[in-house]
Amino acid sequence: METLPILSLILWLPTLGALGLLLAPRDNAELARRMALIVALLTFVVSLALPFGYRATPGDASTMRFVENLPWLPMFGASYSLGVDGVSLWLVLLTTFLLPIVILSTWDSVHTQVRNFQILMLLLATAMIGVFISLDLLLFYIFWEFTLIPMTLLIGIWGGSNRIYAARKFFLYTFSGSVLMLVAIIGLYVLHRDALAIGQPGYTGTFNFTTILANLRGGALQLDATIERLLFGAFFLAFAIKVPLWPFHTWLPDAHVEAPTAGSVILAGVLLKLGSYGLIRFNLTLFPEASRWAAPAIAILAVIGIIYGAIVAFAQSDMKKLVAYSSVSHMGFIVLGIFALNHEGVSGAILQSINHGLSTGALFLIVGVLYERRHTREMAEYGGIWKVMPVYGGITLLVTLSSAGLPGLNGFIGEYTIMQGAFLAPELSWPFLGFAVLGVVLAAVYLLRMYQTVFMGDLRNPENQDLNDLNPRELTTLAALCLPIIALGLYPAFAFEPMQASVGEVLTGIATAVAGR
Amino acid sequence: MESLQIPPVDLRLLTPLLIVVGWAGALLLIDVFFVPDGRKKITGYLAIAGLAVAGLAGIPLWNLSGSTFSGMLVLDRYSLALTWIFLIAGALSIAVALDYLPRHAIEQGEYYPLIMFAVGGMILMAQSADLITLFLGIELLSITLYILTGFAYPRVASEEAGMKYLVLGAFAAGFFVYGIALIFGATGATSLAGIAAYLGRQPFAPQEETLFLAGASLVLIGFSFKIALVPFHMWTPDVYEGSPTPVAAFMSVGTKGAALAALLRVTLALEEAQTFWLPILAVLAAATMILGNLGALGQSNLKRMLAYSSIGHAGYILLGIMVAAERGAEAFLFYILAYTLTNLGAFGVLIALEQRGEAAWSIDDFAGLYQRRPLLAVAMALFMFSLAGVPPTAGFMGKFFIFTAAYAGGLGWLVLIGVLTSAIAAYYYLRVVVKMFMQEPVREVRPELTRGLNTEILIAGVATLILGLLPTPIVLLVERSLVALGG
Repeated sequence: METLPILSLILWLPTLGALGLLLAPRDNAELARRMALIVALLTFVVSLALPFGYRATPGDASTMRFVENLPWLPMFGASYSLGVDGVSLWLVLLTTFLLPIVILSTWDSVHTQVRNFQILMLLLATAMIGVFISLDLLLFYIFWEFTLIPMTLLIGIWGGSNRIYAARKFFLYTFSGSVLMLVAIIGLYVLHRDALAIGQPGYTGTFNFTTILANLRGGALQLDATIERLLFGAFFLAFAIKVPLWPFHTWLPDAHVEAPTAGSVILAGVLLKLGSYGLIRFNLTLFPEASRWAAPAIAILAVIGIIYGAIVAFAQSDMKKLVAYSSVSHMGFIVLGIFALNHEGVSGAILQSINHGLSTGALFLIVGVLYERRHTREMAEYGGIWKVMPVYGGITLLVTLSSAGLPGLNGFIGEYTIMQGAFLAPELSWPFLGFAVLGVVLAAVYLLRMYQTVFMGDLRNPENQDLNDLNPRELTTLAALCLPIIALGLYPAFAFEPMQASVGEVLTGIATAVAGR
Repeated sequence: MESLQIPPVDLRLLTPLLIVVGWAGALLLIDVFFVPDGRKKITGYLAIAGLAVAGLAGIPLWNLSGSTFSGMLVLDRYSLALTWIFLIAGALSIAVALDYLPRHAIEQGEYYPLIMFAVGGMILMAQSADLITLFLGIELLSITLYILTGFAYPRVASEEAGMKYLVLGAFAAGFFVYGIALIFGATGATSLAGIAAYLGRQPFAPQEETLFLAGASLVLIGFSFKIALVPFHMWTPDVYEGSPTPVAAFMSVGTKGAALAALLRVTLALEEAQTFWLPILAVLAAATMILGNLGALGQSNLKRMLAYSSIGHAGYILLGIMVAAERGAEAFLFYILAYTLTNLGAFGVLIALEQRGEAAWSIDDFAGLYQRRPLLAVAMALFMFSLAGVPPTAGFMGKFFIFTAAYAGGLGWLVLIGVLTSAIAAYYYLRVVVKMFMQEPVREVRPELTRGLNTEILIAGVATLILGLLPTPIVLLVERSLVALGG
């Protein structure tokens, strides 16, 4: 494993592809799509090495694998260090898995400036993968912020009628949220440097996550309770906006609705997960005491988000808006799981991050299919679609049920584990479980209502008479998504298994904090 | 009779300065006698060549350090690094002007030597270790800029800008000189070393202290005016708007950079007076960051917006100066370089879009630029993101270094203001990007891209990206350049 820098390969392949596309002729859309697809598939294939090569057992000193380390800014102790553990492993895989699907979907949904679209999409992929695998805080921040540029342009250039407003809102919201995180990163760096400089004068400090964490746990760096809470808060704000947690969610419906289908899929599928990943990787791991302190309050916000998102989703007549608000609700579950602060909750949250990426990604694609044919997303315009598009109807049913959490499909496993975690958490327990269950019920209500309105009943609208069923390309993308939806539902252990050691590692600090009480 | 003692003079230490000033003087004559009208570009090329020669002549000085003219001028790596930055700024400002001047029918050969004189003034400021030579540098720079701002003289706005700058600048110069006089009265010295030695002998007489503090305040006002710190910034938007765009570009990076560099040397040399400087500078920095960025929010004229943004950036740079000892000086040098390249790039795009005989630089002219000139739009987006401090650009790295130094230096609250104002700033920088990429053109604007401009934008763009992605070599260079400064 030492010989081949697999993570660097996964990270930079999309960028290389983007650079290659720059050389491609501007107007040849077909060529650009094919090139991008090949690059994306290649990245995916390479990334498959990760789950097969990942081994970690509980009790390991570090569960990071495939670690790479190169000096980058030695005078500040910032380095190009990469690594994956059980937490990031599946998220990287989710990204590389969704990328070819998204690019495949552009054949039907992107018709202008195709080449540039692919370039931005590939750059975005690099940035997102970079966020998941960076082990250096500065590097992480750079990737984190860089995701904004391609995503903003994707929304703003290829989006719907209100795209400029949405793009601007997206950028400003998330940018403002992250600047405080920069202060926190700098603060952590300086505190760590000063603490260690006592023992070793002239210490330049480091941004290396593993080192800082080791020193935090080893007691070489001790944080004052107030400082810890402030740092926690700064990180939390950035991630909460990205997730988005209620009440920081207002950018999401705009961004989702205006973004082109491919953009929505990647936004819901991966970009939101940057937030939940950050909460686990940084907030929980680095600041266990503050996490415990803030957990009940955050859990309340999460529950509000679950219920609020569900109710608002129910009120929508536009399918894409409905799916967007369902994201708010589902992401609430993930945050609830994270701040249950136990093994079940965090594992469930990671799994649910994957599930949400798959199901909601698929739902956006499904909405996109109808939109391409009829150019409207109003549910009232449809009805009885199953009769003209049976294959489409069948796949949609599967995805809808997965999103609603039907046992046997992936959504159920994630939600169940999260609820178990919430129930077992001493601070949360019954009431939170109750609200979570209510959220699941509501999800079934609004999702099945959508299904019923669009697919069931009689084919009333004459414009829907001649709709074609899925073309082979659409079928490929959706079927590819259905595969893991079923697989994860039937045998979730293969995802849970590699997670365990790392989740345990994440929760070490929390466990110590509890024991210290 | 005692003969007049002439101190030993080592002209080697001033090589770049002498080359720039000497070449500029010669170029004035060459321009008049040998360069025919209508081919004044030749003068421009000669000027760039002169700046390049001066830069090359600086290379052997890297391992040299020392002072001359009785310690009034020093050469160290810090001044040399700044010299190079200023030479780059001067050369790029000339490159963008090569076609701008004829297009706007204000081509005069003097433009190029004047820029060189200004660069000479800036180098002099960087090398000064004495308030008198510092003042000399400031005046050399300012007087050439008075002329340059009014260079487009048939245009009323340009004349007005020149006048405004002259009147206010004269006042500032008065403050500065008076401050020097008071400091001299208190300490009996104008050299930084002499003043520092005096301050080291505390406690001193109360009247002397009052005198010194009054003098220091006046000097600080003089600096604040040149740097355009709030509340001494009022002239900036008007003067930038009125002056020919290449001059505004030069001023935005040149005057500011040189004055800040001198301020850094002064504050570092007079460490004893830190307790006096720091609180004032902190307030100035906070006000500058906040009001500069807020002022930019409402601008629909891009030139004015860049003027306000340059005010805001001075606030960030000031943070580096305040914590110069805590690696702030490094951060300062890096930021100056990053900001110089980025801002000159942004002004370069502005110049490309500027139509003849128009006094408007409306942001609407940027609408749909991406469809007409994709590369130009991408370059401008890069500059905007760099100014906003979004990675992976030079601007982000600069901000990161500055904020880290400031935080480590105990200025956490200023860092907080810094990042919050960056978030505000993102709004107006993003607006330009949104216009270029996401909106349809409002009216026909035909960007004129000539060789000089293309080169300038290309250099600035590539440098902005490289400084953002792989800053290590430059940081190393910067680090080494500060060894002599004791920072």
